[in-house]
Amino acid sequence: MGKLRFYSLSKCLFLFLFFLLSAYSLVAQTTFPENDVADPRNNVFAFTNATIVKDAQTTLTNATLVIREGKIIAVGSNVEVPKDAVIIDCKGKFIYPSFIDMYADYGIAVPERQRTGFDFRAPAQMTSNTKGAFDWNQAIKPETDASKIFTVDDSKAKPLRDLGFGAVLTHQKDGIARGTGVFVSLGNEKENLVIIKEKASAHYSLSKGTSTQSYPSSMMGTIALLRQSYLDAQWYKSKPAKEGLNLSLQAWNDNQNLPQIFEANDKWNDLRADRIGDEFGVQYIIKGGGNEYQRIDDIAATKAAFILSLNYPQAMDVEDPNDARFISLADMKHWELAPSNPAAFEKANITFCLTTADLRDVKLFTANLRKAFDFGLSETKALEALTKIPATILNVYDKVGSLDAGKLANFLITSGPIFNEKTTIIQNWIQGKKYGVKEEEWNDIKGTYNLTITSANGSLNYVLDVKNNNSANVIAKDTLTTKFNFDGKLIKLSFSSASNNRRQQSHDTTAQSAMQQRGRFNAGRGSATFLLSGVANGEVWNGNGEDSAGNRFTWTANFVKTAPTATDSTRRKFPPRVGKVAYPFDGYGWDELPKPENILIKNTTVWTSETEARLDNTDVLVKNGKIAQIGKNLSDASAKVIDGSGKYLTAGIIDEHSHIAASSINEGAHSVTSEVRIGDNLNPEDISIYRELSGGVTSAHILHGSANSIGGQTQLIKLRWGLDDDGLKFKNWDPFIKFALGENVKHTTSQNNIRFPDTRMGVEEVMMDAFTRARDYENEMKAADANNKKKGVTPMVVRRNLQLDALVEILNKKRFITCHSYVQSEITALMRVAEKFGFRVNTFTHILEGYKVADKMKAHGANASTFSDWWAYKTEVQDAIAYNATIMQKEGLNVCINSDDAEMARRLNQEAAKSVKYGGMSEDEAWKMVTINPAKALHVSDRTGSIKVGKDADLVLWSDNPLSIYARPLTDIIDGTIYYDVERDLMLRKHISQERNRLIQKLLAEKKSGAPTLPGTPSFEVLLSCGDHAHHDGLITIDENEADGDVEINSNK
Amino acid sequence: MKNKIITLILTLIVATAFGQDDVYPAKPFSGRLFIINGNVHVGNGQVIENATIEINNGKIIQVAQNIAIPQGDVRVVDAKGKQVYPGLILSVTDLGLKEIAESVRGSNDFRELGDLNPSIRSIVAYNTDSKIIGTLRANGILLAGVTPDGGTISGSSSVVQLDAWNWEDAAYKMDNAIHLNMPTFIIRPRRFGGGGGRLQQEEADPTKQALDKINEIKNFFRQAKAYSQEAIHTETNLKFEAVKGLFDKKQKLFVHADQVKQMLIAIDFAKEFGFDVVVVGGSESFLIADLLKQNNIAVILHEEHSLPAMEDDDVDQPYKTPAQLQKAGVLFALNDEHEESRFRNLMFNAGTAAAYGLTKEQALQAITLNAAKILGIDDRTGSIETGKDANIIISEGDILDMRTSILVHAFIQGREVSLENKQTQLYHRYMTKYGLK
Repeated sequence: MGKLRFYSLSKCLFLFLFFLLSAYSLVAQTTFPENDVADPRNNVFAFTNATIVKDAQTTLTNATLVIREGKIIAVGSNVEVPKDAVIIDCKGKFIYPSFIDMYADYGIAVPERQRTGFDFRAPAQMTSNTKGAFDWNQAIKPETDASKIFTVDDSKAKPLRDLGFGAVLTHQKDGIARGTGVFVSLGNEKENLVIIKEKASAHYSLSKGTSTQSYPSSMMGTIALLRQSYLDAQWYKSKPAKEGLNLSLQAWNDNQNLPQIFEANDKWNDLRADRIGDEFGVQYIIKGGGNEYQRIDDIAATKAAFILSLNYPQAMDVEDPNDARFISLADMKHWELAPSNPAAFEKANITFCLTTADLRDVKLFTANLRKAFDFGLSETKALEALTKIPATILNVYDKVGSLDAGKLANFLITSGPIFNEKTTIIQNWIQGKKYGVKEEEWNDIKGTYNLTITSANGSLNYVLDVKNNNSANVIAKDTLTTKFNFDGKLIKLSFSSASNNRRQQSHDTTAQSAMQQRGRFNAGRGSATFLLSGVANGEVWNGNGEDSAGNRFTWTANFVKTAPTATDSTRRKFPPRVGKVAYPFDGYGWDELPKPENILIKNTTVWTSETEARLDNTDVLVKNGKIAQIGKNLSDASAKVIDGSGKYLTAGIIDEHSHIAASSINEGAHSVTSEVRIGDNLNPEDISIYRELSGGVTSAHILHGSANSIGGQTQLIKLRWGLDDDGLKFKNWDPFIKFALGENVKHTTSQNNIRFPDTRMGVEEVMMDAFTRARDYENEMKAADANNKKKGVTPMVVRRNLQLDALVEILNKKRFITCHSYVQSEITALMRVAEKFGFRVNTFTHILEGYKVADKMKAHGANASTFSDWWAYKTEVQDAIAYNATIMQKEGLNVCINSDDAEMARRLNQEAAKSVKYGGMSEDEAWKMVTINPAKALHVSDRTGSIKVGKDADLVLWSDNPLSIYARPLTDIIDGTIYYDVERDLMLRKHISQERNRLIQKLLAEKKSGAPTLPGTPSFEVLLSCGDHAHHDGLITIDENEADGDVEINSNK
Repeated sequence: MKNKIITLILTLIVATAFGQDDVYPAKPFSGRLFIINGNVHVGNGQVIENATIEINNGKIIQVAQNIAIPQGDVRVVDAKGKQVYPGLILSVTDLGLKEIAESVRGSNDFRELGDLNPSIRSIVAYNTDSKIIGTLRANGILLAGVTPDGGTISGSSSVVQLDAWNWEDAAYKMDNAIHLNMPTFIIRPRRFGGGGGRLQQEEADPTKQALDKINEIKNFFRQAKAYSQEAIHTETNLKFEAVKGLFDKKQKLFVHADQVKQMLIAIDFAKEFGFDVVVVGGSESFLIADLLKQNNIAVILHEEHSLPAMEDDDVDQPYKTPAQLQKAGVLFALNDEHEESRFRNLMFNAGTAAAYGLTKEQALQAITLNAAKILGIDDRTGSIETGKDANIIISEGDILDMRTSILVHAFIQGREVSLENKQTQLYHRYMTKYGLK
């Protein structure tokens, strides 16, 4: 008899019952031999008189639950109890479906990550260390099957059961593609029996985990690897002969029909993951990081379901102001607001479930859930998030997640409503088997009992007042010193016939009652101690004992009356007083994002960066984000007027070479990484954005670093402080890519470089090879297209290659190069390579020996973007001179001054002015080097970079001649929106100080209240750079040598 | 007029004949020199407009308006419309010890092995032929405190003048300070592996580690003090010998410290041992400016052109720190230790300080007279005052602002030094190639 047939007929009650019986007979026999007399049991139980919460929406009072053979067979108010059922009276008890945790690694060994710090000088690992027919990359291991490595581990299961969990999804949390998860119950049975679904999910992350392979070494490399893997898996379906058998790609494809779960662990990573999914038609379920409340609208827009941890940051010890100094307001605010995360999801109507993952101690789960309630999470939603939602997401709602007939008998018996503070979970039943949690709480023994002690000498009568399982008082005339313990069945009781008022004060309810008693009675003398042992049997307890004189006795306690039930702590009606979420989430963020305005700047000196360079006493009108009018005596009723008299108005500064506002900058593991994109990992909360606004920068070109010959795709941004990553992007621009030459790309600082190339000869060849492959690839693609249009031919399948796609764009003049370069030989060499392939190098950046080949660059048609006066920080800059910009400019090149440095970017106006000093450039030409010239180099001079009617209103109002060291930006406007204003800045400083103080007081109070605190830990700020030069900034700034994913340690600088 | 008037043009024409290796130190000049018609920024806050500086045998004789120029063999430099300043002083630097950053080991002599190295002397490794020196001279920096690095006590620094044939020639004040790197109270986290790796906090207690180290240093100084009081030594200890000057205040103790706790320990050193303590770095000094003043601790602010320490800090905090020290009355100098521009922007650090709260003359003083006081050379230089060495620079305009900071003359001890250097040479070379001059 096949099971399938019965499933298909299961709507019919008769057949359904028949099926259950059949199922019973099927499972009665297993392959496992008996080493005993067979002991087959029905395991039928009926739980009667209970309040049954079937699911978050349905509560049945005075109802019955019947289970058989590990499954629920009936739930309801009028359920007939089968004859073979053991009846368990649940009067006063509540029954809930047990909880589900979707993000466990229960029963699965987590590979240890090597704890040696990455050695910058160690040789790279170019290939995977995994043996076998698997993926080229060690972090792509979709073939990992959790069901094959899962083992039952009751030491880990019990703490979860005690919290109310009955089943978990578990997987190996290691790698970028992590394979499949297995859905298991938390029963302590053989693995065969606890596995509910063998392959329940497929898992991904942005962390390469234990992979020792060099690639990927960055966030954007990880994203590129995932994207390429999707393409490769698609292509693999065509069974490409050259690839042979690839078990990883095969598994990748096999896993696609499962729920796809992505561990993102951070609000921005959530969005990054979601975008990967969007590109390949996958809607991930996202494991969040707990800071999603900071951008809840963006999170909602992903339309993803989320898995949320209740891991909140611990309070920090801020008693020493010198330690508190280095804890950022953002970190303190997050400490305060982290418990609001689940409520924010509920409010935004985002599907989510809850996990115990990431908690320091899983026992914190309940307390932290209560904190979430304080911030407005509803109990109904919490219950759903722990039952129905995870079950539905994993397609196992037919088995778990509610109390319905046919589902697994996974349920909790509790003493009251599950989320009440005084409620305890008494039993956790998993697959029909009872696991005790706090069984002693089954019987509510609170109340008053008549205690009679009977010995050969006669009887003594007392009143026994039981407070709870560990506390009771024996009362004679006086309250006696009493010790009491009830473990659910056995009773231990001892008391002394003398009272002790002092001790009583601490043990008994109130000091007041003690006072009254002291007033009426004197303390007894000649005391005897009674030791009692016994068994509770409902309302009558019996036992025996001995007194201090050695007399043996028996005793009985009879229940008289229940204690008045203490009302449960009610939820706080109002959320606690907390700070606001600011955009970005730090002191300089906005409570509400700024909006574009119509602005009229009156009577100012305008430096246009156009042919007519300076206009005195002029008005500039901004409307709808654009420069609407330039002239004298302008007026506009709708415009906000700014008095510009005595001030200078310029176009906003454009930094052609910047590394701010990104999560990673260098993917240096390979020499060619044109597949990676800075735009995939923008960090719109980098404080550098605000700091650079304070220096008059309005646009920045965020470049990949210089770790390799062909780096990543760049991203032009506008410094729209407060917007999200997408909001920063300069829309509809010609895409660029970063190339690099010389010492960095040949790994000069490495003692044992094994990455090709090691010389400038090799660098040129890397370029030749890359473009040759790109051209062949393009031809192959075209041939395939042509072939596939014909009818009746075998389709040609060419592997889509993200790396070569970007290079083909360069060949077709759809993507443009900005190339890190220093010495004249390499500059010329790259120009010749480009010419061979019929394109031009758009920009040479750094280009410190540009003055030596300015004529050749001019002939080639390259732009130059340089530093004003940097040199001598390595061998290839020995001939760098401060006159470089001037010579190149005089030779007719379009010259820009860039920063490549988050600090210097704040003073780019001054860097431009240095060409006035070195070589005597005119002030007007100098100013163009940071405005219209970079706009031209970046192909956006029709939109920004000068003050001209119709252009974007990207403007800065300065206090002085903008080239002067004494000039300070007063107001920055981007697209007609004021993003920086010196007055607001002063206001924010006060606000930061107040908020810091408020939170420090709150943290001090937290410590005083006895809550555990961590030592004050500085909020380290990672500063990304080219990997070219180390400019040490700030005490708690970390220069990250991202070329190799390492952090430089400068303990004393 | 018989007086030789040296003009800017003449200087340039002479200079272009030099190749880099032909930029010679100037010949000694023992005659009389008058710098006339200039706006003299004395260095002590005072400005004398249209003044004359009389120099004889390398020393300043007088500075005043309306000094008569005698007939005869005197040299006159007309500074009409120009700004005249004392030579700028780079207080703490690895100039001449580190040529090609840290990437070329063979070009480096700035960091010795070992932890307590008071007897290490920077002056003996100072390379007068460093190509960087010429670029500083050209911007008006005429004196530098050449300082060793490494270990807890790095050794002694010496002040050099930047126009010399060899280090003995260059020495302006030998072994003026002993340098101590105060142990840190912050342990930096490490990051493991590649993308997405989380920062991990070291587990050791940084405060305990720092205090243990500080005890070790104090023990060293206690024993050195006892040693210094002993008349005859049976065993000579070169390390103790090297710090004798601290106890009789012939040397200063330069404590490299940025964190408040580090600076509080520096004050403690001054109290216990009676040392002349100077804090070098001092990026957090604005938090305890009053305490520093009360304890007479001078500060050399390393680099104003830095980012604020904390994202919550005022965005211009490093820029305005000098003004905060000035207000509290702390003696401070400004320094430039920028690795990429190689210290040639010293005057622009001062310019930034002037943009954020100092007066221009206060800012100038922070790179001239204050620096001289802190280095212990203010009896000889740091201002344009009678009796001091004629260490003088002349600029087309305000030297603190890059628009106008264009040097036309520089004098060290009265001799006019070359403003040419490797960079100007390459400039001329390629302007010639392109026919642009």
